[in-house]
Amino acid sequence: MAIAQAVETGKAGHQAHGRDHGHPAGFIRKYIFSTDHKVIGVQYLLMAMLMSVVGLGLSLWFRVQLAWPGKAAMTPEQYVAIVTMHGTIMIFFVVSLALSSGLGNFSIPLQVGARDMAYPFLNMLSFWIIVPASAIMILSFFVEGGAAAGGWTAYPPLSALSGFGKVPRGSPGSGMGQTLWLLAMALFIVSFTMGGLNYVATILNLRARGMSLMRMPLTVWTYFVAALLGLLSFPALTAAAIMLLLDRHLGTSFFLPSGLVVSGQQAANVGGTPLLFQHLFWFLGHPEVYVLVLPAIGIAFDVIAAFSRRPPHGYKTSVWALLIIAFLGMIVWGHHMFTSGMNPFLGKYFSIATLLITAPFAVLGVNLLASLWRARIRFTTSMLFALGLISAVGTGGIGGLFLATATADLHFHDTYFVVGHFHLMIGVVTMTGTFAGIYYWFPKMFGRHMNETLGKLHFWGTFIGAFALFVIQHFQGFGGMTRRYFEYSADYVQPALALNPAVTWFAFLAVGAQIPFFFNFFWSMFKGKKAEANPWEATTLEWTTATPVPHGNWERLPVVSGKPYGYAEGANGDAHRMQNAEA
Amino acid sequence: MNSTAVTGHEAATHESEPGFYGTSWQKLMMWWFIIGDAILFGSFLAAYGFSRISAVNWPDRTQMFSLNFITVMTFTLITSSATMATAVAASRRGDRKAAFNFTMATAVGGLAFLGMQAYEWYHLIHNGARMDTNPWGAPAFGAYFFAITGFHGSHVASGVLILLITAWNAKRGKSGPEGVELTGLYWHFVDLVWVFVFGCFYLI
Amino acid sequence: MRSQRGAVSAWLLSSLLILATILTVGAFFVLKWRPEVASEHGRGVDRMITYIIFAAGFIFVVGHLVLSTFLVKFGGKGTAAYKPMTHKTEMLFTIGPVVFMVAVSELGVLAIGGPVWNQVYTHKPDDLVVDITAKQYEWISRYPGKDGKFGRKRPDLFDDQENPLGLDRKDPDAKDDIVVRGAVYLPVGKGAWFNIQSWDVLHSFNVPVLRAKQDAVPGLTTHTRIVPTAVGRYEISCAEICGPGHYRMRGFVNVKSEADFAKWLKSQVGWFE
Repeated sequence: MAIAQAVETGKAGHQAHGRDHGHPAGFIRKYIFSTDHKVIGVQYLLMAMLMSVVGLGLSLWFRVQLAWPGKAAMTPEQYVAIVTMHGTIMIFFVVSLALSSGLGNFSIPLQVGARDMAYPFLNMLSFWIIVPASAIMILSFFVEGGAAAGGWTAYPPLSALSGFGKVPRGSPGSGMGQTLWLLAMALFIVSFTMGGLNYVATILNLRARGMSLMRMPLTVWTYFVAALLGLLSFPALTAAAIMLLLDRHLGTSFFLPSGLVVSGQQAANVGGTPLLFQHLFWFLGHPEVYVLVLPAIGIAFDVIAAFSRRPPHGYKTSVWALLIIAFLGMIVWGHHMFTSGMNPFLGKYFSIATLLITAPFAVLGVNLLASLWRARIRFTTSMLFALGLISAVGTGGIGGLFLATATADLHFHDTYFVVGHFHLMIGVVTMTGTFAGIYYWFPKMFGRHMNETLGKLHFWGTFIGAFALFVIQHFQGFGGMTRRYFEYSADYVQPALALNPAVTWFAFLAVGAQIPFFFNFFWSMFKGKKAEANPWEATTLEWTTATPVPHGNWERLPVVSGKPYGYAEGANGDAHRMQNAEA
Repeated sequence: MNSTAVTGHEAATHESEPGFYGTSWQKLMMWWFIIGDAILFGSFLAAYGFSRISAVNWPDRTQMFSLNFITVMTFTLITSSATMATAVAASRRGDRKAAFNFTMATAVGGLAFLGMQAYEWYHLIHNGARMDTNPWGAPAFGAYFFAITGFHGSHVASGVLILLITAWNAKRGKSGPEGVELTGLYWHFVDLVWVFVFGCFYLI
Repeated sequence: MRSQRGAVSAWLLSSLLILATILTVGAFFVLKWRPEVASEHGRGVDRMITYIIFAAGFIFVVGHLVLSTFLVKFGGKGTAAYKPMTHKTEMLFTIGPVVFMVAVSELGVLAIGGPVWNQVYTHKPDDLVVDITAKQYEWISRYPGKDGKFGRKRPDLFDDQENPLGLDRKDPDAKDDIVVRGAVYLPVGKGAWFNIQSWDVLHSFNVPVLRAKQDAVPGLTTHTRIVPTAVGRYEISCAEICGPGHYRMRGFVNVKSEADFAKWLKSQVGWFE
């Protein structure tokens, strides 16, 4: 049997140490400044968990203010800063780190059959750049004027009006906090770009023998497409950030137009255009959504295949759908700017183009669903999260229909409908995908299982809490409730406002459900049930090596002989075939 | 890069798929870096175009620049691309000495370009051009000019540094044809970007 | 692995998904889920939204029903065995969703949304022209006065108390301009064309009851057209973050009958009169 074979190979590797893959000596080289992709992956996960404490904590704080105004001991100045920082931290320092960097680092070399990333040193550097980036982001709370407060989109003029030199001050948070925000983001972009380069090079060049592109697991495909998208779109944000810094500190007028009067003070700027920043920002911003969402869907495909004991439906169409999504994703950024003052004709174009994306997404959705057809579902925690992802992709996805339609956006733009929609997509979809991946690969990471009872508790709390919370926010958006408001007073918003306490209670449920996860994660790392090399009887390459995975991943690299998902094989359809099984 | 990774990688090259049309991962990463960087410059130049079209009184280029001087500057940089190509060819032949010489010549060309650019900047600043203002028209000109040529200049400067390291390594035999070729790729890219920058600021 | 607990999870998740579907769909009947509408194009916007609710709702309900059914049918004990689909069926399941999604979404935006979108951005000759200026935490509206011309706004003449629009005393066009702070007055049933500008940062002229939303961008004049259909007082809530006071950047659109509006306009005096 393939598994037995794999275990044997692993054991042999441990005893023989046939070839020296350079086991690094000492704690520091092994766990701190490690170039091993598995260690770096875990480091990213831990960093994301640390940052999520801050990001989620902030969200609970402002949820209290929203549900029971005045009870949160918060000023409007703090509120806008906290909302801004919650967004930035959660998108870039939690979801990106955990899903793209963390699980990507861990799974890609193992799934393609490589010893490590193409450039392990660069990989280590990517992680260690994130550390000062996170520190700067957090420290920005403590400078004069407080943290950045212009929204996570950092639209100028507000974000450009720094109060330095001749430039007037737009708001308290537009001072040093915004500069540090830009600095932290610049470091993040450098790290993420290096990581993306590594992913692309590893996936294209370090695949094990026999691993043709169309034999790669869908997780690898999604990471591949996401890395390409990231590499193509992040430079636009880099350019925008450089220009914004120059506007803030050197008095240039890239984004600051003539005739500005800020709190009675006339600015000296001439000729800039604020809309330019929005174009550059969303040229990154929209692909970034797919950079985050696609790998989550890819992981779900792998997890669903393993626990439904059948190959996912429509491998080829899924790959094509991914590529089409990536292409369309690059040319639709303007749908974030329907009401921005952009030419209305362009608005129509962006609307029509964006709605085309629903087609490849529908293919992915149908493929996910159809992967359960005639399956033998095993309801592990990992599988539950993957199933939750299907529901969230569908629910979040149809919200996109409303927002992609320019005419409907006249009502929805900058309301809680938008908030609910993107939280479902880049919050719930990404995190259910991440959790599915963590519960799935944890035995490979640490050689131990996570506790299933705590895991189920985690799932039900997260899923019920998050689903209810964000679906209710859609209804508040129908009610016209504007986002980023410290308090509400208008008559029209009263029915929507009545839902606020419920939203906050569900937020407490969703965040509280992470407590068993945190405990489970660390407890299981040391005390969890010991895991075999292939506890889920999955077929992709990472399960062919020993647990714990040796340095260099395999004694001898596997040779791939078939498709990634060799489930439902044999006469009765209850056998499975490893991807490197001999024909 | 440490020794562990080298062993890991060398082992991998024999056991892996031939890769993307036989390209090594180093070259692949360089290409993707270049594509990303090209988009970065593209964003800057697109922004420049956006602003220039909407500005009413964009400065007249003939008032500010001496086209002859810029032609010499551009010529120097293009020449350095030629010497670089020669260095790559020499390195492929295994002629270490020629590879060293021509890489050094490329670096000298790069330095000469930087020197001329410094003069050009001095000249403009002397005549009153700043990031936020200039005597000839729309202030955005100064911001875009200094930001884009400065950003390109920083690419040239880092390119010169990489050239010097490559030359040194080529001489000692530490850097084979592949290393020189990678440096060459980057250098040609920097030159190519200049052609666009040149076109956008000095010709249009 | 396929224990009784698996079956419990299947039923739990399945019924939870169905419950969520029922609650979500039911909420549309129970909640007052959108503000009333008081503008001509606003009805179009609502028509568009209703169309998408049915289209999206169909996908939402069917998707969740299928998911729940699969969970119970193929989860837990005693399940059917997997058989690969034929190529033909597989293509059907790919092309089907593609055609359905493209048809449903593009049809909506082209047939229902497009005309409404044009309505919002087309200036008609006999529209009442209103000038809106936003500045941190205040909306200021302006009417051209008897001469029908707006005076120029000069940043250097700006004074928060005396001259919030920076109008020039010597400019004959500016003399009779009517400036109203924090409110806009409109006659019912008549088209109003808005010129929207901002002094400082981005704002958004957002009147949910009129289904109007247009950013105010410094250095740029943006436009929107509203035809109010009911007399009333509707709140303007800024919809683009503009600083800590974003939430209190309010104003009111007062829609009056044509006679009342004429009376109001007559009672107003120019800023420098």
